[in-house]
Amino acid sequence: MKRAYFAALAATILAPAALADVVAPGDVVFDEAGALETSLTSQPGNPEEGAKVISTKSIGNCVSCHEIGAMPDVPFQGNIGPALDGVADRWSEAEIRGIVANAKKTYDGTMMPAFYKVDGFIRPGEGYTGKGIAEADITPLLTAQQIEDVVAYLATLKE
Amino acid sequence: MKFKAMTALAGLLAISAVGAANADPVEDELVINDEIEIVTRTAAPEHMEYIDEIMSGWLFREDDTRDMERDDFDNPGMLAVEAAMEVWETADGTEGKSCADCHGSVEEADIAGVRAVYPKWHEASGEVRTLEMAINDCRTEQMGAEPWGYTSADLTNMSALMSYMSRGLPMNVAIDGPVQATWERGKEIYYTRYGQLELACANCHEDNYGNMIRADHLSQGQTNAFPAYRLKDAALVPIHKRFQGCIRDTRAETFSPGSPEFVALELYVASRGNGLSVEGPSVRN
Ligand code: HEC
Ligand code: HEC
Repeated sequence: MKRAYFAALAATILAPAALADVVAPGDVVFDEAGALETSLTSQPGNPEEGAKVISTKSIGNCVSCHEIGAMPDVPFQGNIGPALDGVADRWSEAEIRGIVANAKKTYDGTMMPAFYKVDGFIRPGEGYTGKGIAEADITPLLTAQQIEDVVAYLATLKE
Repeated sequence: MKFKAMTALAGLLAISAVGAANADPVEDELVINDEIEIVTRTAAPEHMEYIDEIMSGWLFREDDTRDMERDDFDNPGMLAVEAAMEVWETADGTEGKSCADCHGSVEEADIAGVRAVYPKWHEASGEVRTLEMAINDCRTEQMGAEPWGYTSADLTNMSALMSYMSRGLPMNVAIDGPVQATWERGKEIYYTRYGQLELACANCHEDNYGNMIRADHLSQGQTNAFPAYRLKDAALVPIHKRFQGCIRDTRAETFSPGSPEFVALELYVASRGNGLSVEGPSVRN
């Protein structure tokens, strides 16, 4: 009884506090080169979670387009984009954050999808159902925390 | 120590296996039943701005999948053709007529070759029609029969028979004259980046054919081989169903089979294959 009460209390206090520090997709401000200096959340990124996001088909599925030599167990890595090995030698953390959130700000017209964007789409669909979705109901492909986790993982890819 | 070296080696192998799969289309030739020579590579039609050589999707498939198309006995799509041959001879509708009553037997039918020129302008209705629409038009106007559903097995089977009767002939759809506005609309759709992934047909099939998107070896997305028997679905797939799947995969709201948008898109994509042989029913994974 008492524990349930504290749990509920903790949830009401902590949840809004955690949310308050998340930058909403519409509020993200990229610099001129497409980089994002500040974290999208108040929590540091977790590289292990980031690796999961990158390699899991139903989450980031980054490996559908990128090869990552550091993930030899992940089958069927695509080669639409550059291999991500050594990416942290080529780009700063802020630049990587910008590319993952919305690569179009860094590379004009790139094929890479914007993972933290919720508007401006043509005939957006409800997931992979083929049905339409109202713009107000669109959620970004990845959450702010997932972006930070991915950035934390990519920051480890040095050669 | 020894164990560690082994895993490192295994890792290396896994990477090179990925590398090996990233190959360009194979060098191979397709002759069906040791008889029908299929053009799977040729110069791109003049209207194409970014591609010099057009290629059949057959060249992008694995050896065993390609082999299934070399002989009709190994091609599961041929069952559909056989089913349609029976329907071809069977009377239906209020007029009590079969396809064969107007067009002759399958061997001598006056419509061998139609697949290669569809979609095409239909003067009486003043619109561009796909082969599927033309078949349904015969059913409702000539036979007094019910139209078949656009992606139904009946219509897809009959469409496969039309491909079979045109096999080996070069795709040759018209793009100017009365169809030009529809063709332009199809081109616009081809280059539009739909859905939350913001991907156009061109991103995958023009900019990246030959590359891997996860386990899929991207082809030029040609329509000359349709309907296609997909091993994954264990079914014959009509063109508009393939379009629907590709657009759905961009997290977009798709268009419907038979819609004006897909008719236009089919005309445009077919014109990108002008010069490749009609190859349906094909085998794909
Ligand atoms: C549909 C294809 C596609 C997907 C999916 C994709 N990318 Fe990319 N990515 C690209 C392309 C293409 C480029 C190169 C930019 C260009 O030239 O357009 C790129 C570039 C990058 C770069 C810069 C690489 C370098 O070395 O310069 C990073 C980092 C990156 N992507 C990370 C990711 C992450 C993380 C994900 C998943 C959350 C992801 N990408 C998903 C296509 C993709
Ligand atoms: C995200 C990537 C992607 C996009 C975007 C895409 N496709 Fe595809 N398409 C594929 C894949 C993967 C296949 C199966 C392998 C292959 O043949 O390329 C395929 C296959 C096809 C085929 C079958 C080719 C054959 O010979 O079997 C056609 C036709 C086709 N696509 C047309 C289109 C059209 C038209 C569009 C735009 C409306 C489109 N695709 C958009 C990924 C895509």
